[in-house]
Amino acid sequence: MSRPGRDDAPDRLYTITQGRSRSGPDTPFDLVTLVVAESDPVTGMQSEHVAILELTRFPTSVVEVAAELRLPVSITKVLLCDLLAAGRVSARHPRRPALTDPDILEQVLVGLRNL
Amino acid sequence: MDFATSDARTPLGASADNGLKIVVVGGFGVGKTTLVRSVSEIRPLNTEETMTQAGAGVDDIRQVRGKSATTVAFDFGRITLDARNVLYLFGAPGQERFWFLWDRLFSGTLGAVVLVDTRRIDDSWYAIDRLEHHGTPFIVACNDFGGAVRAGEDVREALDLDPQVPLIDCDARSRESGKHTLITLVQHVKNRYADPSARAGLPRQEYV
Ligand SMILES: Nc1nc2c(ncn2[C@@H]2O[C@H](COP(=O)(O)OP(=O)(O)OP(=O)(O)O)[C@@H](O)[C@H]2O)c(=O)[nH]1
Ligand SMILES: [Mg+2]
Repeated sequence: MSRPGRDDAPDRLYTITQGRSRSGPDTPFDLVTLVVAESDPVTGMQSEHVAILELTRFPTSVVEVAAELRLPVSITKVLLCDLLAAGRVSARHPRRPALTDPDILEQVLVGLRNL
Repeated sequence: MDFATSDARTPLGASADNGLKIVVVGGFGVGKTTLVRSVSEIRPLNTEETMTQAGAGVDDIRQVRGKSATTVAFDFGRITLDARNVLYLFGAPGQERFWFLWDRLFSGTLGAVVLVDTRRIDDSWYAIDRLEHHGTPFIVACNDFGGAVRAGEDVREALDLDPQVPLIDCDARSRESGKHTLITLVQHVKNRYADPSARAGLPRQEYV
């Protein structure tokens, strides 16, 4: 974690994450983790956080949030970490490993055949 | 900042709780986006990920300013399978820099469809090589660009494909054909991995 000093040049993405860096394996979010809002936006909240809470009234994947906000995936994850830490969203992580789970694979096949 | 989202957004059901991933890889213009669009319940969306050469994802913009950052764009669609399972289908370029991001973005993927234009077969060598390296199960689908026989033994030979890797024809513009392609992949994964006696060479499954 690092805090930007006052002299940092303004930049949209930098401003959004307030310069925080949270890369690597401590990020709990997968691309297809489904995010669900646990509260309504409140006044004074960062606009990106408001947008996420509005988007995730129904379960919405991390990658959809990133696409809808037009932000890179990793920046989106930083924002989601904030909201998760504040208890404003919950996260439904993919069940692992799907690859070797015959029940899940069968459910996928059934779902695809029913398309 | 304006975050107005598309009015056409179709939300998932409230009980959806398990996201799954399948990746479509292939050379430029081979029909990846077309295939995703054919089977997706939403208009394909796109997004991007940025990383440094060192392998870390960029979530500090100061790194993006440095010349060592790489950005990869990909598109995706979505298929609701049932009340809980949702399948995301990613269309991703097969070029070299993309594979730096594979573990970060696509670990835990069910498998991959390598889309091939048989007139430009060598475009797919690199993708197949990387998938084998990552231990990701895949099938090869030859897209229909109007040629004669496509998914023949000569293609298998040219791609140096393992005999157990399914090789099929597809028409990325057709929903039925796209569906068949995905079913072929998942059936292959099930045959190969869900059988406890055949769990050799499993891909790494760590979270990233
Ligand atoms: N004849 C024929 N044309 C196709 C087929 N699939 C895609 N196309 C056309 O080929 C062109 C490229 O298709 P895309 O789906 O954009 O290919 P892509 O792999 O996503 O391309 P990039 O993302 O630019 O690498 C488009 O004009 C499609 O309409 C197919 O099965 N048959
Ligand atoms: Mg495309």
